[in-house]
Amino acid sequence: MAAARKTKKSNISGEELKEHYRSMLLIRRFEEKAGQLYGMGLIGGFCHLYIGQEAVVVGLEASAKEGDQRVTSYRDHGHMLACGMDPKGVMAELTGREGGYSRGKGGSMHMFSAEKNFFGGHGIVAAQVPIGAGLGFANMYRGNDNVSFAYFGDGAANQGQVYETFNMASLWKIPVIFVIENNQYAMGTSMKRSSSTPDFYHRGAAFNIPGQAVDGMDVLAVKAAGEEAVKHCRSGKGPYILEMLTYRYRGHSMSDPAKYRTREEVQKIRQEKDPIDHVRDLLIEGKYATADDLKALDKEVKNIVSEAAEFAADSPEPAIEELYTDIYA
Amino acid sequence: MAIQILMPALSPTMEEGTLSKWLVAEGDEVTSGQVLAEIETDKATMEFEAVDDGKIGKLLVAEGTEGVKVNEPIAVLLEDGDSADDLGETKPTAKAEKPAKSGDTPTQAEKSETPKAPATVSADVVMEDIPEGTTFTSRTVRESLRDAMAEEMRRSGDVFLMGEEVAEYQGAYKISQGLLEEFGPKRVIDTPITEHGFTGIAVGAAFAGLNPIVEFMTFNFALQAMDHIINSAAKTLYMSGGQMGCPIVFRGANGAAARVGAQHSHDFAAWYSQVPGLKVVMPYSAADAKGLLKSAIRDPNPVVFLENEILYGRSFDVPDIEDFTVPIGKAKIWRSGDDVTIVSFGIGMQYALEAADRLAEEGISAEVIDLRSLRPMDTETIIKSVKKTNRCVTVEEGFPVCSVGNHISSVLMQQAFDYLDAPVINCTGKDVPMPYAANLERLALVTTDEVVDAVKAVTYR
Repeated sequence: MAAARKTKKSNISGEELKEHYRSMLLIRRFEEKAGQLYGMGLIGGFCHLYIGQEAVVVGLEASAKEGDQRVTSYRDHGHMLACGMDPKGVMAELTGREGGYSRGKGGSMHMFSAEKNFFGGHGIVAAQVPIGAGLGFANMYRGNDNVSFAYFGDGAANQGQVYETFNMASLWKIPVIFVIENNQYAMGTSMKRSSSTPDFYHRGAAFNIPGQAVDGMDVLAVKAAGEEAVKHCRSGKGPYILEMLTYRYRGHSMSDPAKYRTREEVQKIRQEKDPIDHVRDLLIEGKYATADDLKALDKEVKNIVSEAAEFAADSPEPAIEELYTDIYA
Repeated sequence: MAIQILMPALSPTMEEGTLSKWLVAEGDEVTSGQVLAEIETDKATMEFEAVDDGKIGKLLVAEGTEGVKVNEPIAVLLEDGDSADDLGETKPTAKAEKPAKSGDTPTQAEKSETPKAPATVSADVVMEDIPEGTTFTSRTVRESLRDAMAEEMRRSGDVFLMGEEVAEYQGAYKISQGLLEEFGPKRVIDTPITEHGFTGIAVGAAFAGLNPIVEFMTFNFALQAMDHIINSAAKTLYMSGGQMGCPIVFRGANGAAARVGAQHSHDFAAWYSQVPGLKVVMPYSAADAKGLLKSAIRDPNPVVFLENEILYGRSFDVPDIEDFTVPIGKAKIWRSGDDVTIVSFGIGMQYALEAADRLAEEGISAEVIDLRSLRPMDTETIIKSVKKTNRCVTVEEGFPVCSVGNHISSVLMQQAFDYLDAPVINCTGKDVPMPYAANLERLALVTTDEVVDAVKAVTYR
């Protein structure tokens, strides 16, 4: 079974690199703003921030094509922004307003976009895994060459339905990429305390599904691995597993005091492995951009996020009639 | 003394079968375990083995004979020392000879006191929406379900069937018989035994716009898939603000079969009926099974379609109408009456109808309503009837606490309180896990006597 650690980088232009930088920065700033709005009481309930993991979705989206689908868990804001959903609509959903993607009825964990082939936004840990395989099944059934990306965490990777899905996906050669975002903590339980083996990319071995572990803090490594996985799936060879080694800087949700890890651990990764700093360095070192260019980009992204926040705060609450709509088609 | 070989019961609901082929001839020596004959049951063609060693003295039933009753002698086996002269003097063998290929569906005798459904639709059935002059053909519920799926699969290439044993085995309960042959393995898909996983995959395929029919061998196993039925299928349209629906049908046998014990005998009608976003259908007759399943497959929402194993083999008149559908959410009045309204659905209808027959003999005129759909529920038809009869009894096999009948009682209390001359009585299964023992199982299920008594109580007779 071809399961090996790889850090092969794809050839990339300065423009592309700048685009990745921008996409990751948008997610970072968006999530920081969401955190603020939560503190102000504008966002309620559960809110799971993606800060630290940005390179995973940005790198994989760079390997996808029009028509491919994606589905993920409740830590979903980054996935939505990366696939091109409007930050205003996402933020307004977080505030539970009419202008949100689900008109305020889904919330942080439940957003969808038929237009962008984003299938949620699922609150039950690992439920999105067979759903993602079902999206791939539909592609196979229709005979197109689209693939689906089913994102889930190291916590979800211990759920039984993941292995039921691995079995059928391999048996039927479903074109689905299982992306295990291993941020090392399932809520407050470290991987070491919950997983009998450290390498999630091996978990498909019993089902003959190839897998590789990828530096999920390096957008170029992610993109290169994504391209390999996509090629495998599109050529009819069945599913593929990508274990993204990543890290979330914030708590599991807004109410997480994060006593299960040290401040030093988080700081160390921020300083040494930050995915955005990494690309910033590449841009400067490669002379693809000047410090001023990046400053301008930062400002542009900040403006987009501010506008999204304003929109989300100003958008009215859904009309009370919405209570009884969308129950049946 | 010679031994009579009896027609075996080879499925829980088998009452008779076809002796398709003898594999031995008179005078042949046979040994225990040797295949004697092929017998076609209501579910499959099974090989039938000898239990004892001996010589075939006489074949009593010719091959090709249809409708051979369970326990009818089909051959005589001569043991050591017997001669052909002993043929007149036989003893019955122990009945349950083991089938060579029992599969994984349970095999035991039919429930002994199962009331019979009317063979044909009785004259006073209110046949709304069926044009005058329509002809009817007698079909089993099993055949009707298959016909519905086949017709819908012919209509749209997006409709496919998946589940355990639906393809090569032809259905654990023979519902999908012939579908693999007609539609091929791409559209009739055998799954591993993995309800949670394949239900999730089907839901994902439905999100992508396909129309899966998921067969649960029985709904007891759907508990493993409950999260996807409720959290993924039922709620997504709402959570997505109407962007993404789940056009899927979950179907299979629900409720008690016969002697299969607590884990295989649960009626989930009330459970699913509680969930907004789901539609819930539970037909009684073959015509409704066909018409409602076709509607369910076309419905853009997730539909839970609850069947019943006991009813699979029952025949009813099915209208010879091309593309016959029955709307979801509309009850049917099987029998009009003035003294009491009996409301039921699914297999409960057989108790309701039998009770109505018995009550008629005592001069009590019962109106019998078959809900057919539980969500949305046609409460309008119930209320209208109760305003006429002023009394109501509900009948279901499910548990009594938070039952469908409880809900109907509540609706009547709120919307027809002034019309009620007696409290509504809910006849249900008992508040116990289903026992295995035949006598206890009979007690655990709702009975016709209980329905008759309830009607007498609400009519103060």
